[in-house]
Amino acid sequence: MFLLKPINHIGQYTLFLGQTLRKPEKWNVFGRNILAEIDKVGVDSLGIVTLISLFVGAVITIQTANNLDNPFIPTYTVGFAARECIILEFSPTIICLVLAGKVGSNISSEIGTMRITEQIDALDIMGVNSAGYLAAPKIIAMIISVPLLVIYSIAIGIYGGYLAGKFTGLVPPDDFIYGIHFSLKPHYIPYSLFKSTIFGFIIASISSYCGYYTKGGALEVGKSSTTAVVISSIVILMFNLVITQLILS
Amino acid sequence: MIEAQGVVKIFGGRTILHGIDATFETGKTNLIIGKSGSGKTVLLKSLVGLYDIDGGDIHYDGRSTISLNRKQKDQLRREVGMLFQGSALFDSKTVEENVRFPLDMFTDMSLEERRERANFCLQRVNIINSNHLYPSEISGGMQKRVAIARAIALNPKYLFCDEPNSGLDPVTASVIDELISEITKEYGITTIMNTHDMNSVFSIGEKIIFISEGNKAWEGSSDTIVDSGCQQLEEFIHTTRNIVKHLK
Ligand SMILES: Nc1ncnc2c1ncn2[C@@H]1O[C@H](COP(=O)(O)OP(=O)(O)O)[C@@H](O)[C@H]1O
Ligand SMILES: [Mg+2]
Repeated sequence: MFLLKPINHIGQYTLFLGQTLRKPEKWNVFGRNILAEIDKVGVDSLGIVTLISLFVGAVITIQTANNLDNPFIPTYTVGFAARECIILEFSPTIICLVLAGKVGSNISSEIGTMRITEQIDALDIMGVNSAGYLAAPKIIAMIISVPLLVIYSIAIGIYGGYLAGKFTGLVPPDDFIYGIHFSLKPHYIPYSLFKSTIFGFIIASISSYCGYYTKGGALEVGKSSTTAVVISSIVILMFNLVITQLILS
Repeated sequence: MIEAQGVVKIFGGRTILHGIDATFETGKTNLIIGKSGSGKTVLLKSLVGLYDIDGGDIHYDGRSTISLNRKQKDQLRREVGMLFQGSALFDSKTVEENVRFPLDMFTDMSLEERRERANFCLQRVNIINSNHLYPSEISGGMQKRVAIARAIALNPKYLFCDEPNSGLDPVTASVIDELISEITKEYGITTIMNTHDMNSVFSIGEKIIFISEGNKAWEGSSDTIVDSGCQQLEEFIHTTRNIVKHLK
């Protein structure tokens, strides 16, 4: 019996996606909404992405350096390991989990509030496709913003590692730079961006869905935004496993 | 004219509306009255198509709504305006943007023309110099008036109001009532309004439908309501009067 509820939600979520994919009423309004959302979900996340990437990049480098004190392993390995770690997992997955918390709860509470204050009913009455009007620009904005944020996070993370190596004296700058160029596998970057695009879609669509079907009052808006964060995080982790297995092995 | 024929609405196995027949006349303020929880909102939202009904049919000037396809439904919605219990203005948009919204979405007017039309509607509800304020920056009564301006922006033929004056002080409430009644006459709109306020009934009610526990218990005009012969309605009026007496 406990399986019935998730299956119900998956069905309703699929219908919801179908509804968001309908042709917008007015293309120019749609375009403007996408730009506004990119500003909200993308530009406004730059601060937190910078902060986390810088510090985690630094910590990865310091810990790797401290654990590789074997004289037979060259120091540039630290730069190499930090790069792999940041490109493959930290930037695409951890940053997306952070975004699920920040952007996901935001999307869900915004749409949820519109639901309980009948703003969504007001859209429906006018003949506006409310799911499409509200969710589609957010989904598209996330699909565009998240890969860009991830590229940015990779750059900042590696820079954080470089600074940490330099100022602790654990990894000389030249060795670190040699390390981050060492044995580059060019398909890792597209893999990372592909993954993060999927995650961006997951965050925006699941959070919109949770907000759109909020019932009740202010308390339920809070609950559905928590649900949005939890479910999108779990789905991101599941997809991470599947995508990694399919592409990299 | 809007006609409800045996409208049934069920939520999760619980029947909320038990087959309601009613006609709502053009150019008149038609009221649906009843206690809180009697099913007024559900009836209004079923009439307007926000809820799919589980039985019966609704005719808009002869057009049966259950046989319309999605395109025809969207078309019909352009002819409908609605006021919600809590005004339901978009809080991320300014007063002017709220009123302009239906015009932005559904007309090919230039920005200049849309602005002009929005200002005309705002003036009609006596809102001036507030175009750039957000809903959270204006009073409850003003929010209701902006919502009226937004509802009439596209010249609707049908206007639905769900307790438009709830949560307002009595003076502001009667201003909103009068405004709705005037606009109904001016543009020959078929207006359907929910209320539990007997003041609205006596001041603007023309045709009145009394709902009790999801059934239509009485139908008539504000002149005949005092001696309706319907016991539930008499109780309803009586309790309201007693409350007013206590206040005095
Ligand atoms: N979406 C819904 N799902 C389930 N029950 C509902 C829903 N909306 C209203 N109801 C129930 O229908 C009854 C009538 O509610 P409503 O029409 O809101 O009353 P009111 O006359 O105060 O507007 C109430 O008992 C309410 O619990
Ligand atoms: Mg109600």
